[in-house]
Amino acid sequence: MSSESFDDFQAELVKDFLLESSEGLETFDQDLLVIEKGEFDPSLLNQVFRVVHTIKGTAGCLGFSRIESIAHTGENVLSLMRDGELESSPDIADALLKLSDALRAMLEVIESSGSDEMAGDYTELKAVLDAIKNGEQPSGFEPPLEEAAAREPESVDTDSDGAWGFFDDEPEQETVAGGELAEESAGVAQAKEESVWGLFGDDEEPVVEKTVQEAKPVNVPAPVASKAESIAGATVRVDVELLDCLMNMVGELVLSRNQLLQLSYQRMIAPSDVSAISQRFNQVTTELQQGIMKTRMQQIGTVWGKYPRIVRDLASDLGKRVELETFGADTELDRTIIEAIKDPLTHIIRNAVDHGIESPEVRKAAGKSESAQLLMRAFHEAGQVNIEIVDDGAGIDGNKICGKALEKGLIDVEEAGRLSEREKINLIFLPGFSTAEKLSNVSGRGVGMDVVKTNIEKIGGSVEIHSVCGEGTTLRIKIPLTLAIVAALVVKSGDQRFAIPQVNLVELVRIKAEDMETSIETVYDTPVFRLRGKLLPLVFLDKFLKLPAREAVSRSSVSIAVLRADSQDYGLVVDVVSDTEEIVVKPLGKQLADMPIYAGATIMGDGSVAIILDAVGVASRSGVLGAAQKSAEALSNEIEEPQDTGEKVPLILFSLPGWENLAVPLEAAERLEEFDPSVIETSGGIESVHYRGGIMQLLRLGDLLGFETSFEGATREQVIVYKCGGRYLGIVVGENRDIVEQTLKLENIGSRPYIKGSALVNGRITDLVDVDAILVRTGLKELPESALCHG
Amino acid sequence: MDNSIQLCTFRLGSLHLGIDVLSVQEVIKCPALTPVPLAPAEIEGLLNLRGQILSAIDLRRQFRLPDDADEGTEGKMLIIVRTRTVEAALLVDSVGDVLDVSDDTFEETAANVPACVRPYIKGVHKLERTLLHVLDAEATASLSSTPTL
Repeated sequence: MSSESFDDFQAELVKDFLLESSEGLETFDQDLLVIEKGEFDPSLLNQVFRVVHTIKGTAGCLGFSRIESIAHTGENVLSLMRDGELESSPDIADALLKLSDALRAMLEVIESSGSDEMAGDYTELKAVLDAIKNGEQPSGFEPPLEEAAAREPESVDTDSDGAWGFFDDEPEQETVAGGELAEESAGVAQAKEESVWGLFGDDEEPVVEKTVQEAKPVNVPAPVASKAESIAGATVRVDVELLDCLMNMVGELVLSRNQLLQLSYQRMIAPSDVSAISQRFNQVTTELQQGIMKTRMQQIGTVWGKYPRIVRDLASDLGKRVELETFGADTELDRTIIEAIKDPLTHIIRNAVDHGIESPEVRKAAGKSESAQLLMRAFHEAGQVNIEIVDDGAGIDGNKICGKALEKGLIDVEEAGRLSEREKINLIFLPGFSTAEKLSNVSGRGVGMDVVKTNIEKIGGSVEIHSVCGEGTTLRIKIPLTLAIVAALVVKSGDQRFAIPQVNLVELVRIKAEDMETSIETVYDTPVFRLRGKLLPLVFLDKFLKLPAREAVSRSSVSIAVLRADSQDYGLVVDVVSDTEEIVVKPLGKQLADMPIYAGATIMGDGSVAIILDAVGVASRSGVLGAAQKSAEALSNEIEEPQDTGEKVPLILFSLPGWENLAVPLEAAERLEEFDPSVIETSGGIESVHYRGGIMQLLRLGDLLGFETSFEGATREQVIVYKCGGRYLGIVVGENRDIVEQTLKLENIGSRPYIKGSALVNGRITDLVDVDAILVRTGLKELPESALCHG
Repeated sequence: MDNSIQLCTFRLGSLHLGIDVLSVQEVIKCPALTPVPLAPAEIEGLLNLRGQILSAIDLRRQFRLPDDADEGTEGKMLIIVRTRTVEAALLVDSVGDVLDVSDDTFEETAANVPACVRPYIKGVHKLERTLLHVLDAEATASLSSTPTL
């Protein structure tokens, strides 16, 4: 064996060792925490033991004596625990967790420098572990202990590589001196492996260090050291089935290439041949691309794995008791997104434990259980990944936050007075905000939630926070599936294809064309369908999207896709339901960002683009959401009402044809007028009337909002007059209905152009028109003035 | 000519326009577009550019020019614009040469250019025989004249 190939071989082994060990340590922490709680399967201890044992064995083979020696001390403790000689206690768990930290640190050193010589020797930790082993064992227990040590290898060896067999008969006493032990095992290793490694020439204790030093340059060549990325993060586990599938597709690709090469040798090439081949190429590469994308998907659990440890350490540092529960760890996200949310999530968790959760005494005094609940939940909803972090701690005191923000000069007094409770809580997202009464080393360095927020917004997500003072805090992160793959239903309407995320789909109903007349009824112009005795509001997709009318092809049937949006079902009537497909969601351009009815677009098998419909967006735009949401929203309003200290605002209520409930603030309006259509003059596409000795431009609100507003035969035009900078503007509305005083609590803010948001007025969902935006649009007002004009 | 820039020129009806080559990624023949219902009129549709979905903006509509006599995108060209903040495909009638122009011939947009177009046009270069309108790539691609709420 030449020395070069030997080095390669050795480097390969070291790499495997690092990978294997860091993977092992990942589960090690989690398992230890379970063990610490006391309810566990004995096999778990075996598993934990095996991790350390494997590390020790392999490190011994590869000559990393420091790792080996510390792993050995840990192993001793674990073996006692496994044999029931030692009861698990927080102290032991602490020491063992420190051991895993130490091992990790040493592995890192090996990865960067190629040897463990630079790593500390952790004598302190070793002493602690030895103390645990010895100190808590009365001398009388010594014999069974030894017996245990002797027994241990058999049970382990059965399923582990024969390579670890060397440590079978280590006398337990020797462990007291770590160096001696290392040397001992090294010696044993040498006995069997000398011909291969030739490392450990000497059995004498003091020489061990030296031998390792000498051995290092031979052993660990540079490639490992130059590796920049951490080994653990640089690999991905891929489903074998998927890998086979990818291999298949690569095979297809090769076949296609051969075909193409053959074709290129022909003298005459028919265009149809070329198109056939290119189509094949197109298909294969698209599939290949999708397959590769799938390999990038990771379960969110890979990030969550480390949180139990963080929570435990933090809680014990702070003298709190926290139980962490996680749900939906198998929710899949793209690798890049997983990477991006890792730090924000850690920060949130730390925040929750540090600031949110109270100490056991405080909790007891407040009548809560001493140990706090911290819940992490991940799930797909409405085409987004939702992550919730819920604690039952002290909650966030809006006034305290507000006071802090004032103190730091982040807001002024006037602003503070206007804030609602929720807005006050949201102040924690302001840059430079930290409410920690005293700075702890955990959180509260002034770079707080604003970093979390910006990081999550960077990947197109959003953070919401809800908190009830004294009851707890819920943080909800929504991440769009920008890169994620979702199952979707592909439908056709008016010759165009659309995709509907399957998460929104409840069922499919097919109606024969001849039954259309009878089965689709109307409730005052609104089409409905009787689905098992309940009325299902219908939206005709082609009419809703104003798709160009198709030639009168008589279809034999139509399909209703029953969709659920915000717990309200409605039927989307489409011409054809084609198929369900896994689609890759791609974002729409910035230009279409303000269209909530679309969730994105995808590329179909044939390379064409299909738009993905957003079930919630379609529902609210078409109005079917209104009725049902009313009850839900009324309910939530009832709950939140007491917190609401907003003033009552007088509103003008009006309607447009097809848009029942709209409102504008009365304050800003100058007058309400009625005009005969005959006095309206049109010049250059602009309608205007004589008004108070001047000319007033008229603006049809319906046109602005993209609604059909032909007032054919309307006898009077209802106009709300605005005055700004000496000029008048008349906004033509359908019908002025009422003027009411109402506390405004806006929802869905800014989701549609020219609509400020929706609020509940007299028990009806009413959209508040953004008059300022309209005035700006018509040039009556410059943007900065808006505050002045609106009062 | 140290302060000269290169403009990729194109035509819209009788208008002669140019766009900074640094913001142009590529020029392609217009493929079949997927229409976006209920979108602003300027959005002609979506296209699949090697796996990325781009919005095609009909510059004629954006500049309030009359639609072409022969409807459809057949034979038209797409200029793929990519700036730091935004990317889009601009649908134009035809694409011309890349011209070197210097600051000497540049003049700001005249005040009487309609307000609906002004945000998109930085100014004109007085060339020998025509006036070359310089397009603001970023504003055009992001449709920024429509007030964002």
